[in-house]
Amino acid sequence: MMYDVVIVGAGVIGGMLARQLSKYRLSVCLLEKENDVAMGASRANSGIVHGGYDPEPGTLKAKLNAEGVEKLFNVAAELHAPILRNGSFVCAFGTEEEENTLRELYERGQVNGIPNLSLISGEEAREMEPALSEKVSLVLNVPNAGIVCPYELTIAAIGNAMDNGVCLKTNYAVNGIEKTEKGFTVTSAAGEVVEAKYVVNCAGCYSDKIAQLVGDNFFTIIPRAGEYMMLDKTEGSRVSHTIFQVPSVEGKGILVSPTVDGNLLTGPTAIKVADPACTETTPEGLEQVARLASKSVPSVNFRQVITSFSGVRSSEKNGDFIIIPANGVENMVHVAAIDSPGLTSCVAIADYTIELLREMGLVTECDPTFNGTRENPHAFREMNDDEKDAYIKEHPAYGKIVCRCETVNEGEIRDAIRRNPPATDIDGVKRRTRSGMGRCQGGFCMPYVMRLLSEENNTPMEQITKNGAGSEQLKHRI
Amino acid sequence: MIVEHDIVIVGGGPAGMAAAVAAYDSGVTDVVILDREPGLGGILRQCIHNGFGLHKLGRELTGPEYADAYLKEVEARGIKIYTETTVTAVSPDRVVTARNREGILKIQAGAVVLAMGCRERSRGALNISGTRPAGVYSAGTAQKLINCEGYMVGKTVVILGSGDIGLIMARRMTFEGAKVEAVCEVMPYSGGLIRNIEQCLNDFDIPLYLSTTVVEIHGKKRVEGVTIAEVDEKRRVKEETKRYIPCDTLLLSVGLIPENELTRSAGIPIDPITNGALVDENRETAVPGIFACGNVLQVHDLVDYVSDEAEIAGLGAANFVRGSKSEGASVETVPGNGVRYVLPQRVHTETGKDTALFMRVTQPFGKVRFTVKSGDEVLATAVRLKAAPGEMEKIVVKGDKLAMAKAPITVSLEVVK
Repeated sequence: MMYDVVIVGAGVIGGMLARQLSKYRLSVCLLEKENDVAMGASRANSGIVHGGYDPEPGTLKAKLNAEGVEKLFNVAAELHAPILRNGSFVCAFGTEEEENTLRELYERGQVNGIPNLSLISGEEAREMEPALSEKVSLVLNVPNAGIVCPYELTIAAIGNAMDNGVCLKTNYAVNGIEKTEKGFTVTSAAGEVVEAKYVVNCAGCYSDKIAQLVGDNFFTIIPRAGEYMMLDKTEGSRVSHTIFQVPSVEGKGILVSPTVDGNLLTGPTAIKVADPACTETTPEGLEQVARLASKSVPSVNFRQVITSFSGVRSSEKNGDFIIIPANGVENMVHVAAIDSPGLTSCVAIADYTIELLREMGLVTECDPTFNGTRENPHAFREMNDDEKDAYIKEHPAYGKIVCRCETVNEGEIRDAIRRNPPATDIDGVKRRTRSGMGRCQGGFCMPYVMRLLSEENNTPMEQITKNGAGSEQLKHRI
Repeated sequence: MIVEHDIVIVGGGPAGMAAAVAAYDSGVTDVVILDREPGLGGILRQCIHNGFGLHKLGRELTGPEYADAYLKEVEARGIKIYTETTVTAVSPDRVVTARNREGILKIQAGAVVLAMGCRERSRGALNISGTRPAGVYSAGTAQKLINCEGYMVGKTVVILGSGDIGLIMARRMTFEGAKVEAVCEVMPYSGGLIRNIEQCLNDFDIPLYLSTTVVEIHGKKRVEGVTIAEVDEKRRVKEETKRYIPCDTLLLSVGLIPENELTRSAGIPIDPITNGALVDENRETAVPGIFACGNVLQVHDLVDYVSDEAEIAGLGAANFVRGSKSEGASVETVPGNGVRYVLPQRVHTETGKDTALFMRVTQPFGKVRFTVKSGDEVLATAVRLKAAPGEMEKIVVKGDKLAMAKAPITVSLEVVK
């Protein structure tokens, strides 16, 4: 069939675009080269809703960040994606240079139209945030900022898009985009073909490669890796705000932040890497994270680290988002170089992109059947004991806890395997349910999760993967 | 609706079962066991090797056989068992909340025995750098997949950590046709039992590299190899010793952590060394009527000792229900020279009963003499030809000596020439 729009890349940008397009009478297809959605930058980043004081006034980043905050809070609520307005602190550590930078950021925030910014003293900040270092002398208080789970937001957006008719094709590595009389043919490495009238390139770290398929060479993505350490929930209430540092020579943006799931996140480093698939952690990187995080919040107990990881974001030399029509062909848009504050801006980016598509001639007629509310996957855990009891009596699988660390039950895991977008591997179940994300890191629940995947998908155990082909967990039946 | 039971036991592994039987046999028969698995026995169910029961039952059994021996005793007494039932909360006033396929269960317990066991330290806790591919398992997870699910997890294996599970799994993987390239231990000595080093490594020519660790994991989708390196006495990596070992599997046997989330939620103070609750000689925690035993209290080397400890806790719980608990003066126990911890952390001194103290040493020693003192009063001494952190020590203090303890009791050791 000929789709109206094909989106290349099922990260938070492609996913949110698909969801916003699903409001209209349009056929939309979302292509993803990995086995699941949210597998690039959307899988591993800081999960911050940035206030918007940081981007240079006049840039796309400044515009879309400022617009994006409230849009994101609204859409996340509709999608039941966990989001929390915890506010952020940007800290100066006693030097005049740092304090001046904070004042500049404050002024920039005023120009960008960011509400309720204030500069507060170290003492005032410590009254609100007692674990903050004694060395903190001045703080930019950003009350409109927040935290969100990036992969859950992506999964929720794509799930809602699919519920509204969007087609998701995973394991579809685009290797050709040909202009035809009617539109495009978008081919995969495996030889599949999808046809579309409009194409949007949301391929993250690979967006320059996708652009090259239509002859566009005007931007080059610089993949930048950031390493993080995630701490147990025992550390989760160490701070309530997201604590940033004024950018300095030593590091740029190591933060200490609670997560929407109740853990404590520290990181990231920022290291240029050659290969966007390079998500290795390094002893030096992790050491740097611990050292700089301790500078802001000295009491963080790094013995409570439960996992460390690295995420790669797609930067570009000019530093701004690239959201423009393709040069080489008509009816194609590149949405590229979406690094921070891309997550914050994702809804605004989607809406801005739809505006570009309209200018190209895409007709967007509202679909009256569109339902923007996604069923709450966390409904059970938000119930009180009596409600849970009643629910279990109707749905016994909800009474069987599979992941003890995160209290995830069999019913929730089966739902995650059945609901859009379906989890097809162990990591997919983990990102949707948190099973295996706790302190034991799947030691106890992994065999059980594998059995449920095997049962639900009628797949032999040996074929169950961690994250797609090649990552099989078992060798053979004994 | 809240139901009532005299004793609720959280966890039906070896500790929970032995505690239940001991409580029942002392006369408190309204005992229930709650367990999250489909059957009782806990981790013993996946420990199909032998070596269990020599001390306690006088027979050499496999893990499942040891579990079955206790299960028979539990069933013979008609002790109520809830399986596939996970406890989600224990309150300080002993209301136990659990969940199973039938709904939410709330029990007001006369006494609670915590017997949840322990979990393995994960890769995340070690912060090993590199990629995050498939093929990295904790040794116990691999053991479960092989022994209970019936699937082989890999063909070429490196094992990090020479704890007992790692040693057992080195042999188990070899039996199933895998090549175990190396067992690496970051410490200059193994934390496992000596018999396991002999029977699981030496008998199969599997090399054990001491003061050596895994510094990096390689492979995008599945493990392709690991970099190992020697460490100095401060556990710093010696860069020049780095070497790559190709393998498709990395097993981690790097320590066990008592699973005390429920304990903490009940407001029970935890010993930072054992990672288990602070208890007295009855294994009663600082919250009255809540007892703890087995690997949730301290990680044991032998299941036989778990059963012993659980009997103390079961009896303590029964006595609490009867209203006859230890009273009077009590003193703390303190680890002295060469001793890492002493359990129980507090003892009542006027009970007139002999009391066993359990401890681990800080490092391997040759011949040593342990001295148990309170102030200047020597309460007990014991000589051992060898002492190692992997082997728990037990010293009994006589009741009449204990009555002389007016100050904290210190256990220390000196090396005997």
